[in-house]
Amino acid sequence: MARILAVDDSASLRQMVCFTLKQAGHEVFEAADGVEALDFARTSATDLVISDVNMPKMDGITLVRELRGLPEYKFTPILLLTTESGEDKKQAGKAAGATGWLVKPFDPDTLLATIKRVLG
Amino acid sequence: MQIDVSQFVQAFLEESFEGLDLMERELLSEDLLGSADHERINAIFRAAHSIKGSAGTFGFAAVGEFTHGVETLLDQIRAGSRPLNEEVRALLLEAVDRIREMLVAARDGSEHDANAAAQTQAAIAELLAAAPADEAAAAEPAPSAASAPAPAAPAGESRWRIDFRPHAELVTTGNDPLRIFQYLGDLGALEVQCDTVALPPLAELNPEHCYLRWTLELRGAGLAEARVREAFEWVADTCDLEITCLDAPPADAAAPASAGEQRAADAAPAEAHGERRRRGLADRRADASSIRVAVDKVDNLVNLVGELVISQAMLSTIAQAEPDEFDAVRVERLRQGLAQLERNTRELQEAVLSVRMMPISFVFSRFPRLVRDLAATLGKKVELVVEGEDTELDRGVIEKLVDPLTHIVRNAVDHGIEPPELRAGKGKREAGTLRLKAAHQGGNIVIEVSDDGAGLDRERILRKAAERGMSVPENASDRDVWQLICTPGFSTAERITDISGRGVGMDVVKRNIESINGRLDIDSTPGAGTRMTIRLPLTLAILDGMSVRVGDEIFILPLTAILESLQPTRDQLHTISGRGRVLRLRGEYLPLVRLSDVFNLPARHERPEDGIIVVVESAQDRAALAVDELIAQHQVVIKSLERNYRRVPGISGATIMGDGRVALILDVDMLTRIH
Repeated sequence: MARILAVDDSASLRQMVCFTLKQAGHEVFEAADGVEALDFARTSATDLVISDVNMPKMDGITLVRELRGLPEYKFTPILLLTTESGEDKKQAGKAAGATGWLVKPFDPDTLLATIKRVLG
Repeated sequence: MQIDVSQFVQAFLEESFEGLDLMERELLSEDLLGSADHERINAIFRAAHSIKGSAGTFGFAAVGEFTHGVETLLDQIRAGSRPLNEEVRALLLEAVDRIREMLVAARDGSEHDANAAAQTQAAIAELLAAAPADEAAAAEPAPSAASAPAPAAPAGESRWRIDFRPHAELVTTGNDPLRIFQYLGDLGALEVQCDTVALPPLAELNPEHCYLRWTLELRGAGLAEARVREAFEWVADTCDLEITCLDAPPADAAAPASAGEQRAADAAPAEAHGERRRRGLADRRADASSIRVAVDKVDNLVNLVGELVISQAMLSTIAQAEPDEFDAVRVERLRQGLAQLERNTRELQEAVLSVRMMPISFVFSRFPRLVRDLAATLGKKVELVVEGEDTELDRGVIEKLVDPLTHIVRNAVDHGIEPPELRAGKGKREAGTLRLKAAHQGGNIVIEVSDDGAGLDRERILRKAAERGMSVPENASDRDVWQLICTPGFSTAERITDISGRGVGMDVVKRNIESINGRLDIDSTPGAGTRMTIRLPLTLAILDGMSVRVGDEIFILPLTAILESLQPTRDQLHTISGRGRVLRLRGEYLPLVRLSDVFNLPARHERPEDGIIVVVESAQDRAALAVDELIAQHQVVIKSLERNYRRVPGISGATIMGDGRVALILDVDMLTRIH
């Protein structure tokens, strides 16, 4: 069981991600944008962060950069949710320190298979 | 693990409709064109992006496909490589409509107009194909390997040698070589050899760097290079990687098949022959069976219930005393407790009602689009000003307000505001102003729709009324003349336009408003404009009423229906052949309705002049109701008679009075028609 922070401004997608992860036995925390996520991260460590890229207030790329600046999140896996056209986003995400990405649209099985790659 | 994504579809649809509304609202904002308002464009882009990203996940591939072009277009605008002009805006608005249609069809299990969708999609593709071409080409993605089906596996066992030399900073992205090996281990038999030659002495070692290198050998049945490479996908730019095939079977070349074909199949319109259907703004009406309530409202409710429990506990303690212990002090505490209970009840009532409240922006938000399209069709210039869109009112009221308000707004643009050249000739600004305003006023909500157009034409209305054979008093006040346009069968439009005058007139508007206990007032000044004012109760569940006595029974009259009450003198009461008993009031004869006769009750006063007359007004008519006594004015909670008993003519509902008795609420509309 891992502690996972799921960040997405789309409630439906967030619900789906959270539900899937909880079903798999993980403890899941939710945030609707980068600012909320960062606030949470400042006080709690997690084993994995899954974040959308395009969000109001603070986007996913900035979030990654900010998280990497926190001692607790220096090596924490961070996965970005991108769309297939987001090649430049993948690169920007990597440059900011993201661990990897998950391409939208995805189904629950893909999600679980992907997080397995970083949770060990 | 089996996860059923359909349970999130409702949430997806709700948030997509909200996103579409936001796109539309922002696209319509006056100053969007030519402005460098980055946050606005970003917000529009994000909404489209969200819909596209989620649509595929929740099983709406066609919606995702369609929205992809919209997103690309918005991305170019956002990046500044494409200007947002009127043409692009119109196309984006059209696309918003198409997406909404697709989602509505998905929600209702109906079919959307696939032809229209295909046309819009083609128009967007055409625009993207045109300049700036390089941008468009760059934004159009190559079929992605990740979403393509896994290549057909070559038969036989393959062996791969992997030289993996991470750069020092590989681990700072959260990647971990060990987890990559674990992943590889799932693909086949893995042998790992670690090379520590680059490891510095401990004193020079940076604990956050990776100094190790690995040589791996992986053996697996039908293992293609792409599968092996995928394991290193996330670290491709932070390592040196060499993958060599040790003894591959020869059939590998045909592997990356059919990705392109798959994509083409997805892109084909799902339903090529959708029945052409007109879907209007009504589509936006959310499902009435569920409501979204702000968390703080619910928290407040929980709080208040807590208070209620405390008050109740306090009263119980007091009541546990023996009868002879009820001294003055105890009685005083009892009174205090009851006062507190009353306050709790009132607050709880307000809080519960607020759960059903929603902002009127729910209705108002559709008008910018409506007015824009209408003005364009009619060749008019109209500026829409909206005020007080945060004003909250009951959900039920809002839903019933949509049609009448839409009609009034259409009327104002169609008949009220003049064409630009006509306005210029009158010395007015070419663009007319249409003002939508909502505000609280006492226990009511007041909604105003005003325009600075031509105003109502008194002479023409009177002429029309005469043609229709309506009786109009001599020297009728303007107010009375304006009310004539709300009479059934009355329409002053000189031609039947596409917009109004389709048989649904102001009479229906007025009736709809009255069905939610509202009133419609009309003000107009020739040449300066018209103002329609709708007054509504805050909620349908509670009514401001006047209790009246007839015999031993108590009835409630809705306050909005009462014009005045008076004690009649004998010479005001007449009997006119063919019209029965009437009351003469300031030169007007009103039919006299004795409630004791209608409900077959023994009246206290045999003669009406001993009792009280209440003059009431309904949509159609006025009447003088004879009652025995006026009792008091109060707010009453409406209980449905139909649900609890059955429908009774002349009665619209019931309520429970403070003493526990049931009082019936009078149906004024019915009573004025009784004679």
